Amino acid sequence: MLNWFIQIGAVTALNLRNIGARAGSSAVAVVGIAGVVIVFVAVLSIAAGFRAVLTDAGSPETALVMRAGSDSEMTSGLSLDQTRIIADAPGVRRQNGAALASAELFVIINIPKRTTGTDANVPLRGVQEAAFGVRENVQIVEGRTFEWGRNEIIAGRSAAGQFAGLEVGTEMRWGDNTWTVVGIFEADGTIAESEIWCDAGVLQPAYRRGSSFQAVYARLESEEAFDTFKDALTTDPRLNVDVIRQDEYYAAQSRTLNAIITTIGFGIAGLMGIGAVFGAINTMYTAVAGRTREIATLRALGFSRGPVLISVMAEAALLSLAGGAIGGVLAYVGFNGYQTATMNWQTFSQVAFAFAVTPSLLIQGITYALVMGLLGGLLPAFRAARLPVVTALREL
Amino acid sequence: MKFLPLVWRGLMRRKTRTAFTLLSIIVAFVLFGVLSVIRVAFTLGVDVIGADRLTTIHNVSIIQLLPESYLERIRAVPGVSEATHATWFGGVYQDPVNFFAQMAVEPEDWLAMYPEYVVTDEVKAAWLADRTGALVGRGLAERFDWSVGDRVPLQGTIFRPQGGGAWEFNIVGLYDGAEPGVDTSQFFFHRDYLAEAFGDRPFGLVGWYVARIDEPDRAPQIAEAIDGRFANSPAETKTATEKAFVQAFASQIGDIGSIMTAISVAVLFTILLVAGNTMAQSIRERTSELAVLKTLGFSNTRVLVLVLAESCAIAGIGGAVGLTLAWAITLGGDPTNGMLPAFFLPARDLALGGLLIVALGLATGTLPGLQAMRLRIVDALRKV
Repeated sequence: MLNWFIQIGAVTALNLRNIGARAGSSAVAVVGIAGVVIVFVAVLSIAAGFRAVLTDAGSPETALVMRAGSDSEMTSGLSLDQTRIIADAPGVRRQNGAALASAELFVIINIPKRTTGTDANVPLRGVQEAAFGVRENVQIVEGRTFEWGRNEIIAGRSAAGQFAGLEVGTEMRWGDNTWTVVGIFEADGTIAESEIWCDAGVLQPAYRRGSSFQAVYARLESEEAFDTFKDALTTDPRLNVDVIRQDEYYAAQSRTLNAIITTIGFGIAGLMGIGAVFGAINTMYTAVAGRTREIATLRALGFSRGPVLISVMAEAALLSLAGGAIGGVLAYVGFNGYQTATMNWQTFSQVAFAFAVTPSLLIQGITYALVMGLLGGLLPAFRAARLPVVTALREL
Repeated sequence: MKFLPLVWRGLMRRKTRTAFTLLSIIVAFVLFGVLSVIRVAFTLGVDVIGADRLTTIHNVSIIQLLPESYLERIRAVPGVSEATHATWFGGVYQDPVNFFAQMAVEPEDWLAMYPEYVVTDEVKAAWLADRTGALVGRGLAERFDWSVGDRVPLQGTIFRPQGGGAWEFNIVGLYDGAEPGVDTSQFFFHRDYLAEAFGDRPFGLVGWYVARIDEPDRAPQIAEAIDGRFANSPAETKTATEKAFVQAFASQIGDIGSIMTAISVAVLFTILLVAGNTMAQSIRERTSELAVLKTLGFSNTRVLVLVLAESCAIAGIGGAVGLTLAWAITLGGDPTNGMLPAFFLPARDLALGGLLIVALGLATGTLPGLQAMRLRIVDALRKV
């Protein structure tokens, strides 16, 4: 048995040492597999980036209250009285006597995209003072926050990057109002950074919303307080609302796009992988054919079939790992952090996000490369092991 | 022609290798076709939109509604031959995942504005006669397995019916696209039905206006004239050609076009590199055979042509099969069941695929062919 392993080691080492002699065709197999891995990782990094922006956005400690039957803030509506009832409900955290519940407006405005110059639906959120307590991760990183009661806005970091004219100090005109951009904020890279914020009280008259709001964001005393809060609101005859945890609300929004991209990504990479496997088969067949006499000599010297077979597989695995690693590195260098924006269908507005080449994607990519390599090496390895020694030795 | 058997023999020399090379080329061209289909699907059919329509929306954003009274004022703008309006309904069918476009329209004007939505006279008459009737695209009907006469409930999100509950619609008929690429995933119904949500109060608002213009070349001026009519009013407008509007909307989804093109390039480059290398190698292996041919009196050009014929044969067979498969896949129908507004392989991309096939055949055959051509018989025969 030990002898068998020594044989494997010897034959594999021999193969790998003279890989240089087959540099051309080996390189082609490596490039083929690297290409598949680049496409695979790059496409899935879109889904990973989008998901990251939405799933990290919500806290299970924060609840979102909307009119019953609304599937997003966009189509919801709540009266001033209703928002007050919600803020007074049990389970809402209080700070200095005030409830951490922010009644908000959520509308969209046309702002041109920087890349194309065409209009995009940018989300504009009108908030109350509690909003900054509800979302503790919001930090002003440039300029200052807006003053209550004035036509001032602050823009999320990603929104400012994707859409034209959102620099501190610029003025924007929507309808008959002029707004001044006074600050840029960050929110740990989450979806809030795609939004523009202002005072809800100023937004209401500008959008002719009277005294109504669309949703209430409430910070709860604890995760467990959610049920108390929800029961209190849903059983209140004065209200007709849906209550949902913020993290679940955002996770649901990423589902559709995630499913589409994952299907496309796996579909394309799967098909491409088949093509690359055929390429790898040809490369390994050539490698085996080029070494017919060498293999026959080894067999004549007493090496058994197993080690010959395994050595061919090992070479294929090594080439595919090299291809996978190269593809992974190129995908990371080329796409990680690439900023873009897409439509969030639930709210009909733009979400800015960055492609995320995560370690788990890289591992998936390299695993996929290895599978392609082993599949590609299988048939040629059997051929090598089955070579009839006598005729092969005679071959030129 | 008499050398065809020779080309055939060359291809059959190593059957497995030829088979795998062919397979990888087929895969490359199937992918090329499928990616073209996806790219076209995400342009939202912008290629088939007539340039003679303008869209007018609220200046601030598409979600703001416009006064109904603008209709007559838009019709009065010189250069506008007809105008109508639509309102986004945003209802939910069973589950929010089943998203599709629903619009409240003036049926007669709407069909006149969009001749690419093809309906029979009976369907049109039935729709006009039924206030709760809905006209749905064939793609949409197939997605949810609806047939004429079905009653479809939609949960209102923006508009609620007076008595509460869901809105009920009768499917009165289907429309087809006049050409591939026309969006048949939409759902149109009577605006009068929607207005019931407001009871005795007038609804008075519409989502957006569509206007047909006489001279598409004057679109910018006419658009400006329309916006000028409503300048400094509480509801200012923004008018652009429908094409520009749809294009802007498609670019909001993201630059799917360039992502798909980039993937296509990566796919074709890698797979074709792999296949091309194998094809070149099979020629190099036969150096001594080619030298024998030359000894027999084959001219240099003829040797080059033989090699090119072989590489072009592989590229041609593989490419043709690949493109045919891609085309067959699109015939099988949209795998998302009507979620995509268009699902077809445009002739332009088929032609591009054809060019790629020729390019592949020539590119992989030229280098080894030239080498074969320049072979000195003595050197080549000496090599074992």
